[in-house]
Amino acid sequence: MGRLSRALIWIGKSLAVLVAIVVLNFCLIRLAPGDPATVLAGEAGASDPHVLAEIRQQYGLDRPLPEQLAIYLRAVVSLDLGFSYRNQRPVADMILERLPATLLLTGSAFLFALAIGIALGSAAARRVGRWVDSAISVAGLVFYAMPIFWIGLLFVLLFSVALGWLPPFGMRSMIPPEGAAARSLDVAAHLVLPALTLGLFYVAVYARLTRSSMLEVQHYDYIRTARAKGLPEGRIVRAHILRNALLPVITIAGIQAGQLVGGAIVVETVFAWPGIGRLAFDGLLQRDYNLLLGIFVICSVMVIFFNMLTDIALSIADPRIGAS
Amino acid sequence: MSVVPVLAIERLVIDLPAGAERRHAVDDVSLSLHSGEILCLVGESGSGKSMTAHAVTGLLPDGVKAGAGRILLEGRDILGLGGHEMQAIRGGRIGMVFQEPMTALNPVMRVGDQIAEMLRFHGVADPTRRRVVELLAAVGLPEPETLARLYPFRLSGGQRQRVMIAMALALDPAVLIADEPTTALDVTTQAQILDLLGQIQSRRGMGILFITHDFGVVAEIAHRVAVMQAGRIVESGTATDVLTRPAHAYTRQLIAAVPRLQPARPRAPSSRPVLLEARGIEKTFSAPTGLFRPRRIVKAVDNAGFVLRRGETLAVVGESGSGKSTLARLVMRLMTADAGEIKLSGVEGNLLALPRRRLRRARRRLQMVFQDPYASLNPRRKVGDIIAQGPLYHGITPREARRRVDELLELVRLDASAADRYPHEFSGGQRQRIAIARALALEPELLVADEPVSALDVSIQAQVLALLDDIQRRLELTMIFITHDLRVAAHVADKVAVMRRGVIVETGPAAEVLERPRHEYTRLLLSSIPGRAWIACEAGAQDARGETMQ
Amino acid sequence: MREFWQRFSRNRGALAGLVVLAAIAFAALAASWLFPGDPWQMKAKPMLAPDASFPMGTDMLGRDVAAGVFHGARVTLTIGLASTIWATVIGVLLGAVSGYAGGRVDEAIMRFTEFVQTIPSFILAILLVAILQPGISSTILAIAVVTWPPVARLARSEFLALRQREFVAAALTIGLPAWRVILIEILPNAASSIIVMASLMVATAILTESALSFLGLGDPNLISWGYMIGAARAVIRQAWWLSVFPGAAIFLTVLAINLVGEGLNDALNPHLRRQGRPR
Repeated sequence: MGRLSRALIWIGKSLAVLVAIVVLNFCLIRLAPGDPATVLAGEAGASDPHVLAEIRQQYGLDRPLPEQLAIYLRAVVSLDLGFSYRNQRPVADMILERLPATLLLTGSAFLFALAIGIALGSAAARRVGRWVDSAISVAGLVFYAMPIFWIGLLFVLLFSVALGWLPPFGMRSMIPPEGAAARSLDVAAHLVLPALTLGLFYVAVYARLTRSSMLEVQHYDYIRTARAKGLPEGRIVRAHILRNALLPVITIAGIQAGQLVGGAIVVETVFAWPGIGRLAFDGLLQRDYNLLLGIFVICSVMVIFFNMLTDIALSIADPRIGAS
Repeated sequence: MSVVPVLAIERLVIDLPAGAERRHAVDDVSLSLHSGEILCLVGESGSGKSMTAHAVTGLLPDGVKAGAGRILLEGRDILGLGGHEMQAIRGGRIGMVFQEPMTALNPVMRVGDQIAEMLRFHGVADPTRRRVVELLAAVGLPEPETLARLYPFRLSGGQRQRVMIAMALALDPAVLIADEPTTALDVTTQAQILDLLGQIQSRRGMGILFITHDFGVVAEIAHRVAVMQAGRIVESGTATDVLTRPAHAYTRQLIAAVPRLQPARPRAPSSRPVLLEARGIEKTFSAPTGLFRPRRIVKAVDNAGFVLRRGETLAVVGESGSGKSTLARLVMRLMTADAGEIKLSGVEGNLLALPRRRLRRARRRLQMVFQDPYASLNPRRKVGDIIAQGPLYHGITPREARRRVDELLELVRLDASAADRYPHEFSGGQRQRIAIARALALEPELLVADEPVSALDVSIQAQVLALLDDIQRRLELTMIFITHDLRVAAHVADKVAVMRRGVIVETGPAAEVLERPRHEYTRLLLSSIPGRAWIACEAGAQDARGETMQ
Repeated sequence: MREFWQRFSRNRGALAGLVVLAAIAFAALAASWLFPGDPWQMKAKPMLAPDASFPMGTDMLGRDVAAGVFHGARVTLTIGLASTIWATVIGVLLGAVSGYAGGRVDEAIMRFTEFVQTIPSFILAILLVAILQPGISSTILAIAVVTWPPVARLARSEFLALRQREFVAAALTIGLPAWRVILIEILPNAASSIIVMASLMVATAILTESALSFLGLGDPNLISWGYMIGAARAVIRQAWWLSVFPGAAIFLTVLAINLVGEGLNDALNPHLRRQGRPR
């Protein structure tokens, strides 16, 4: 299959998913007890009869349901995610403003988790049954069982309150230092704890997955072939075992990208990181449903994007994909 | 032939981990392989033949160690050599080819790179693309230039095995170890690969240690033979001696178990009433290949038809992908045919279109025995329950069912106590007997057996075939016997149908098809049977012996 | 059964997990007896550090943290179990139909499952709880709605594989109707891996529940571990015990469940561990 047609299929699939999510949004609004207009207005707008009347008019809430859906779809497609009456601003603007911070956090946590997880997992698989393996497995179990916000709080207690090494919250110091390099360093220092917190759970997941996948691949016939060819052990591990063992890890990493974005909400709340997650928490406190629904759509777009990246990575890593 | 063997195994003992079935996997084995000869190491599964090969390459599984003995490669003891020295020997002095070509190549590395990699790590300074292409060409692969750039999944099983051979030969090793290299291949492909190995051997003059369970293959390729049983070598000698004058009882037993290529059954009289008549059966599989491409369509069964008289056995013979198993499943209505008609005597209308309720009643007249005895019994149910399930469902009392189970177990020569045990407590051959008992529990008129012996060792194969034969005569069963092996077909069938790519290309009485094949594909299949000449004269010799005994 | 227990108890971590889990279950059951009365009630001076009379200290409003931890165990375990049961029922039903029927039905169900997996699940859970109004049943529903897809995929692949096994074909040739084949031949063979997955899902459900109540989406009338940590977040510098004890309770519960799940895996799928995949 050609690259172009693969891309077309992918775009079609993504669009379908997106439309389905918008439809789901539409249903959620109607799931709430009471008038959809009060949901869209949020707590801030619902007390004002003018606002409610305006919303009814704008979303055609007096018209039949299919028509309402069409109006809603058209609005989202033109990037109109509604209006936050609490903040008196369009939802789309608020989200886009916060997007870079969240991308920085989730992106670095994802890369950190993938790199460390694969490294630890293969180290454990190479020394299966020995103390390194046991230590990594125990650490994996521990981080797999800790609630993410609790890790965050413990890190703040340890690294910020007790040791004073790293800033406990925010993305920049109150008074940012002069110069671009210094400012980047400042952000980096603020990034360490949140990214670590968000990433550790996934380090555990990927380490475990890499380990079991490598142990399985080790027994495959083509590894015996590689041995029979007289290749050095290092080459066998890298080019034959790890190369194949990583395929399921990439697949799972892609599926879990969505959960990573969800985890960001909790982590941004703990560390007051000025991203979408923090915005969602505020929206939650203010019962600003329009904002929450908008965040849901944008996060879904992020997940679709992550999925595309892993799809591309997989099709590079596995020549069989898309060929049969 | 040189005086000093290129590979000599002296009094090798390989210990199994504590708690294994026996203490030694290999017990006091000595072998010698000279340059320019093919030595066949023959034995059934568990005989220790593969372990011997693993010891030579230093690739014994975890927990298994050589306890005593020496392995001399070109005069140097290599048993227990360190990692780096062994690495240089593997691939460098000893090449290896394995049984399962479909899984033996790294799926995410190009074929050419897998060969080049080997050259590179053995210190060949400049493993040029040309060298790789030459190697691929030398094993008879078409368009080696293109093929080197492909990933393994594009290649057929036979092509992959050729790649493995090219790889094993890349560094001109002194010894080639081939561990059942043709067992997983179709018979025509097997013939080609055996031919290739023979050619390479005579061209390069290396020594080949060829491991196999099949005396047909031995007759085809061996110069010398060693027979292993339970970790020991029970007989060895030149191929001619062992094949024509086997000294040890076990060797004789193995040779006797090789099915003769001669119809064993007198022709069933054609006056018997017709039980089943199939006409124009069609089945097409289609798989989506992508949104913008047409679906890939495979005609698995194409206009197939046959007539079965009561008490007859029809063997359907074909290679993998010929549609023979699909045909069996269509007749059993485990799949729905696209078109066609089957008339079963006593049933009104087309069996293939029978409504559910009437089908349920007809079903008990047709039963099936499957290929894989490990997959065909529910691991969580007791053998007695498995056998009794059918009769109970069709409404007999539990007491009667219990009696039926006992009778059936006796019929397939298993102890009555088997009823209270679980399938995993039985060997492959015993499980196949249980599966036969289950199929007979409903007193069917037609038994469809789909490769019922191909997962079993040769000697077990012969036993199960004899059992089926005996039961068929006693119960006057009609049988459809699906097999890839013409020798087995010759042994069991009154009539043979040869299938290729969904089409029955030739059908007729067994003797006629085997002795005067009309279709060229049948002729190709026949000429591909390993050790055909030996089997023919062996059969003649046996007949002669039989006559003098009378 | 005895064989099962033998294999289970060979895994020492699983035994330890079982003991911890039993202790937590006991804490949940004995909460009203050990800490009678309303855990929301003020008991002493605010912000007391742990001591003999209040082993886990008191919070900003003088409530006994230990009472909260014990009563919270009930809520957490209830939600974890209930949401898992729902998710398993939904997942097995969809997966079984998908795997057994195949064809277009399978395609439709799997597309839907993939879609649900694409949705950022935690955010959907937040939205569901927020819109349905926080409460124990909306939390259970939200968690079940976002966690069933892996069960469906597992059940489907098991059913698909087993359906092609020859013993299932043999049962069909006997003439057994489909529902009996599913019930007698397929389900018992698929059950063990589904049970293992469900046991591990209880742990994830508890983590999700605690994150929801940490964000203030718990049942406002029921005390829960996540809520306690969320409420104590602002005073973490002054009173570490407010966050550490409930957090440790979540951690121990989830760890214990994971250990027991692994033990179940060893005991129910012995060949998986030793020989890689089953034949």
